[in-house]
Amino acid sequence: MTTRHDTAAPPEKGGAAPGRPPGDAVSPEAARKRARLSRRWQRDMRWSPYAFVAPFFVFFAAFGLFPLIYTGWASLHSVELTAPTDMAWTGLDNYTRIFDDDFFWNAAKNTLTIGIISTVPQLMMAMGLAHILNYKLRGSTFYRVIMLAPYATSIAAAALVFVLLFGRDYGMINWVLDSVGLGKVDWQNDKWASQFAVSSIVIWRWTGYNALIYLAAMQAIPQDLYESAALDGASRWRQFIHVTLPALRPTILFTVVVSTIGASQLFGEPLLFDANKGASGGGQHQFQTLGLYLYEQGWVNQHLGRASAIAWTMFLILIVIGLVNYVISRRLRASS
Amino acid sequence: MRAARNRSARKAVVVAAIASLGAGLLAGCADDGNDEDGSSSGDSSGKTTITLGLFGTMGFKEAGLYEEYEKLNPDINIEETVTERNENYYPALVNHLTTESGLQDVQAIEVGNIAEVVETQADKFADMAKVEGVQPSSWLDWKWKQGVTKDGQAVGLGTDIGPMAICYRKDLFEKAGLPTDRDEVGALWAGDWKKFVETGEKYKKGAGKDTYFMDSPGGLINAILSSEEEKFYDSSGEVIYKTNPAVKDAFDLTAEAAEKGLVQAQTQFQPAWEQTISNNLFATVACPPWMIGTIKGKSQPDAAGKWDVAVAPKSGNWGGSFLGVPKSGKNVKEAQKLVAWLTAPEQQAKLFAVQGSFPSAPAAYKLPQVTDAKNEMTGAAPIGDIFAKAAEAIPAQVIGPKDQIIQQGLTDNGVILVTQGKSPEEAWENATKTIDNNLEK
Repeated sequence: MTTRHDTAAPPEKGGAAPGRPPGDAVSPEAARKRARLSRRWQRDMRWSPYAFVAPFFVFFAAFGLFPLIYTGWASLHSVELTAPTDMAWTGLDNYTRIFDDDFFWNAAKNTLTIGIISTVPQLMMAMGLAHILNYKLRGSTFYRVIMLAPYATSIAAAALVFVLLFGRDYGMINWVLDSVGLGKVDWQNDKWASQFAVSSIVIWRWTGYNALIYLAAMQAIPQDLYESAALDGASRWRQFIHVTLPALRPTILFTVVVSTIGASQLFGEPLLFDANKGASGGGQHQFQTLGLYLYEQGWVNQHLGRASAIAWTMFLILIVIGLVNYVISRRLRASS
Repeated sequence: MRAARNRSARKAVVVAAIASLGAGLLAGCADDGNDEDGSSSGDSSGKTTITLGLFGTMGFKEAGLYEEYEKLNPDINIEETVTERNENYYPALVNHLTTESGLQDVQAIEVGNIAEVVETQADKFADMAKVEGVQPSSWLDWKWKQGVTKDGQAVGLGTDIGPMAICYRKDLFEKAGLPTDRDEVGALWAGDWKKFVETGEKYKKGAGKDTYFMDSPGGLINAILSSEEEKFYDSSGEVIYKTNPAVKDAFDLTAEAAEKGLVQAQTQFQPAWEQTISNNLFATVACPPWMIGTIKGKSQPDAAGKWDVAVAPKSGNWGGSFLGVPKSGKNVKEAQKLVAWLTAPEQQAKLFAVQGSFPSAPAAYKLPQVTDAKNEMTGAAPIGDIFAKAAEAIPAQVIGPKDQIIQQGLTDNGVILVTQGKSPEEAWENATKTIDNNLEK
């Protein structure tokens, strides 16, 4: 570490480091003082960085790591919310029962289908919007701010408005459908209609966010690529397919990963969309997601052990999804 | 020089910012455990502050009871924290009880949760039976017993109850060719819920398709189940909801009413259900006193006086709360005194006059606030007497810790499906499967 001290030492003259007496003649007292200061400075150099990064790790340990591990421990027990310290060891029972828990697999399927219904159109629309905004437009900042506005809205507020819009008897959407002769749709109780409705909240909220990410990436594409493509006679559409999309590949991958994680944790929208104000995701669990099922088991039914096992299973599923993403992205990188 | 001053000024700002952030964090942590620290052990004026954790609209403050108590006890200061929905309030309460932190001096407990609290959290509460002036005989017997453990410890004292009657629309009944006098209406279905559903069929024949006989399947099954002595648990604490014929009968009768189109395809307290009140779309609703308040809140002004109240086929209870004092609080003695005072008959009667929460202490039924009670929605109906009679006829029902989960399953995952075209068998299947999964530990 002494070498580091040498290289990192401030310059002899005009440095900002305090406590360095000028001049060459050094009294023994001054030398001791200097040595002490130097040691202190050394310690400072060595330990301060840890102190600076410590808050994150302390908070992560307290609010991230500890709950994660404790949840794992709880998942091996039968624990009720009414007596969380009263744990009865059950081994892997909470995990094995998931295999024939129809409600879990129903929730898993719903999470997948709602994830697809919400993510795919969302990213495609975001791409289209970004492409349009990439042209020179009057008031482009205005449009960008507008697009980000839903993202800045709270889920609760948005979901409440959507519940009213999708109301069966007095909702605006059914009123429109009815007046053009298509008939009313039971957006709460019909399986696919309800999943579509929940997805629409997600789409509404996240499209603008993804569009801005795409837009930023598009603006980083060198203009000469388009020029040379145009010289070769490529149409706008061909330019989009052969220049824009390949250049956006890493960005697309990023948004896909983030959206997938978001979709697998979907919770607030289906919780608030349920007009029964319960966590069962509709009378027949038609839009109950895994996050919602976890919440229902833990906080409504008070089975903390079962809920913990569901949480860990979700975690494992996420890891698998992450690995698949990783493999695909490596393939993509290798091919490009 | 200027630069240096700037730098030190900036440093000061940074230090201040960090300090305030840190202080905020500390305060945030400390806040959780001991809110009382500063306030209750005596503020500058030497007063003791008693805090209440409540849910919904219990109305002690609105009825001026805190002010009155503070006047009677000048060294007491009362504060309340209210969570709007019990679904949010109760899990937090359980969490605070099991960790014995974050509790208020007084905590309210809803009747749907009282069995669970008595069964699992009694050791966290001070015994209210030992408080001076608390007499079990002051309450309706079943209400007192709901808050008491097997060893006789009173976990909570009863505040209000919800004796059920049937609120009906006189104008709609008249159009359908049914009697409108409350005694004649009550006689139509006296003693049997089947007769109530039969009346519904008559109503439908007379009224046509514009309106429904009853507000919702959930309201009907709840009313029927509330009037049974045993529903989901037997007296030994076993879950019997699937084998209890009373439950299946209630389910089937409600499903029948749903199939025949006598009940709206609505879930109570949803916005759409509330709109059917303001649009005058149904003729009856099972109605504890507080339901009249709900009707009033959601109705158009011209609906005032068009309602009346008739005796239900069988009496049952819907709603009500308890007040308990956690042992770990700093002002247990003072809090207990306050709870005993708040739940005394005189205060319950005052609360009824302002808030419509019906007293659980029979002595209050003879007080003028109850005997003279009228409501603008129900015109001249002597609602105080009607509900007092209903209250005294309520059976002592066996309640259990998971009553709410079971009832919610039968309603939201059960009978409501019949209104959406499922067969009663499918609905029962779906409900029991959901309930069993929810009950399994």
